Amino acid sequence: MIDVTINNITVSVPEGTTILEAAEKAQVHIPTLCHLNMPNVRYVNKCSSCRICMVEVEGRANLVPACATEVTQAMVVKTSTPRAMSARKIVLELLLSDHPADCLCCPKNTRCELQSLAYELGVREIAYKGEQSIYPPDVTSCSFIRDLNKCIMCRRCETVCNNVQTVGVYSAVDRGFDAVVNSAFGRPIIESPCTFCGQCVSVCPTAALTEVNHTRKVLEALNDPDKYVVVQTAPAIRVALGEEFGLDAGTIVTGKMVAALKQMGFDKVLDTDFAADLTVMEEAAEFIDRVKNGGRLPILTSCCPAWVKFFEHQFPDLLDIPSTCKSPHEMMGAIIKTYVAEKIGIPAEKIYVVSVMPCLAKKYEAARPELVNDEMDNVDAVITTRELAEMIRESGINFLELQDEEFDHPIGQSSGASVIFGTTGGVIEATLRTACEWLTGKPLNKIEFHELRGLSGIREAELEIAGMEFRIGIANGLGNTRTLLEKIRNGEVHYDAIEIMACPGGCINGGGQPAHHNNWGILEKRSRALYAEDQRKPLRKSHENPSIIQLYKEYLGEPNSEKAHALLHTYYQKRELV
Amino acid sequence: MTPNMTNEEKYALLEDFINQQENKSTSLIAILHYAQELFDYLPNDVQTFVAQKIGIPTARVYGVVSFYSFFTTKPRGKYKINICLGTACFVKGSDKIYNEFKKQLSVEDGEVTQDGLFSIHPVRCIGACGLAPVVMINEDVHGMLNAKEVAPIIKSYRDKEGM
Repeated sequence: MIDVTINNITVSVPEGTTILEAAEKAQVHIPTLCHLNMPNVRYVNKCSSCRICMVEVEGRANLVPACATEVTQAMVVKTSTPRAMSARKIVLELLLSDHPADCLCCPKNTRCELQSLAYELGVREIAYKGEQSIYPPDVTSCSFIRDLNKCIMCRRCETVCNNVQTVGVYSAVDRGFDAVVNSAFGRPIIESPCTFCGQCVSVCPTAALTEVNHTRKVLEALNDPDKYVVVQTAPAIRVALGEEFGLDAGTIVTGKMVAALKQMGFDKVLDTDFAADLTVMEEAAEFIDRVKNGGRLPILTSCCPAWVKFFEHQFPDLLDIPSTCKSPHEMMGAIIKTYVAEKIGIPAEKIYVVSVMPCLAKKYEAARPELVNDEMDNVDAVITTRELAEMIRESGINFLELQDEEFDHPIGQSSGASVIFGTTGGVIEATLRTACEWLTGKPLNKIEFHELRGLSGIREAELEIAGMEFRIGIANGLGNTRTLLEKIRNGEVHYDAIEIMACPGGCINGGGQPAHHNNWGILEKRSRALYAEDQRKPLRKSHENPSIIQLYKEYLGEPNSEKAHALLHTYYQKRELV
Repeated sequence: MTPNMTNEEKYALLEDFINQQENKSTSLIAILHYAQELFDYLPNDVQTFVAQKIGIPTARVYGVVSFYSFFTTKPRGKYKINICLGTACFVKGSDKIYNEFKKQLSVEDGEVTQDGLFSIHPVRCIGACGLAPVVMINEDVHGMLNAKEVAPIIKSYRDKEGM
């Protein structure tokens, strides 16, 4: 152990500890900007590019960056000497001298780490005037906008994209004043292998990366008397939306959310959970078909659009193993514009489907040209949890005072199985509840598969069902997914079914969720809340959902029927890897 | 540059070179040097090829190529005129020599003359300060130059090519 004294407080820390980490132990706050450490996903951004955390070390002539300097025996550190404070402020003012000062109308206003730092360090004027970077914004993707004028070169996006997700879209390019984080050959993001998972948007401290905002589009639809606007909400929204209004992480706000949506004027408020049940029906049937008829295994889940785009670019040789099921909200859109339209007597052309999703990739997915039926998009607009909160605030609704309301019918019922779709392990558990009963013909003794739960990146379990051994795999985070898929490609491991979610932890940590500020406890609370909601539901299995049974009886016939295929299934394509 | 080789032959040599590296990803700069020697410059396709053979993101290769001034993504002339603008050369008037080359050849930085013979590349210190101001044309060193010597130097290379 090494003893180090920081601002007259002595602490003992192991060798290899940085000054910043030691300061944390001594409860001394050192301001940082580029630094980000998320041990749960093995993410460390330690490029020391911003120089905000400069501190004085006794006996050293120069200031040192606390985030990248390891402590030595008997080191004496001073973090708030006039010299260190002045250096920090100069560095920040220099950063601000090449940053647009449009905070009032910036999408990150009040949530920007650069802005908070300017407040914390008491910046009142920017003494330096110089050249300004001018980059045209990259608005080519349907998911997020890149405004490089607001990039401060912290390189967090590059680290999460390359090291955690292994997609490798970004790199620091060029040098000197022209240096910026960009894609290969500076191409627009739409021409890159980006999966639109949105993890880069989640870690960006400024508004260099922000979601494509669809709230205007949705408001216009709500104001259009010729449109019948139907909204659906994903499982992971209800356990995170409350955070935007000051509630604890994991507070379940389903009833208030429904009430808010009704007040905002949506004609029908439906639950994507219904379509999660529908996904289970189709996917379980597809799985059993492959098991019984010697189809290629493992079957891979296909609910996650970022994962779908990942395998289209990175594993085009495995295009035939993912399930052909559309993701739940796309299935929901297809059913709303056919079955529901007929039931409620509204022509499908008038119906405008809005999805509230924890995800940025769902925005991209909704625009995929093949996800249409009768030349109509299954889903017309996607807003994130954050955008929904923005709309609720803008509507002047006092969210916390709302009385709980119920989802609308005819497809308002959902099972507990569908709720857990929002967390890693949930989709495969939900599917197995149904697949097991179908394979054995008997009700499950134990509904919960605890061996499939948890937040670690790769998990596996062996299950015996109807006298057969099944190996189940789960991966969350695309880097973990790559590890697993490479093993499958090389024949090193065998699985029968694998659930994949692109974001570490699953949809509870989607790119459209409220910021977790690197507090993993928030994700654990969101996950626990979903399992608690599942437990509370009288209905726990998708195939027992009466609305689902009715839909098949009245409209679809059997799972995987021709009609089900036309509405609920899709196909994939090989994409370039640049 | 290896003008008599087809592109397929160049790619085959490049792949061999990459496969010879013990640690491919830490040899990126050496690989790019070799690629530039073969192709004379590093077009997007070559960068993508290198990235895929090494197994790293193309963006990372592009990051390295765009950072180091030695690497170029534009085609160059048969004779590459590297004009040193380092401190010693600059003090001794290398800017005037630089401008004279641009005037004589009617090209800007990194551009190639219409006949494909010359391109101009300002560089920082080539380690021959004793010869300041100094210019390297491919492997030939021309030291202690003044602006009047620029036209005859260009002519000598044109003569060599029979042009």
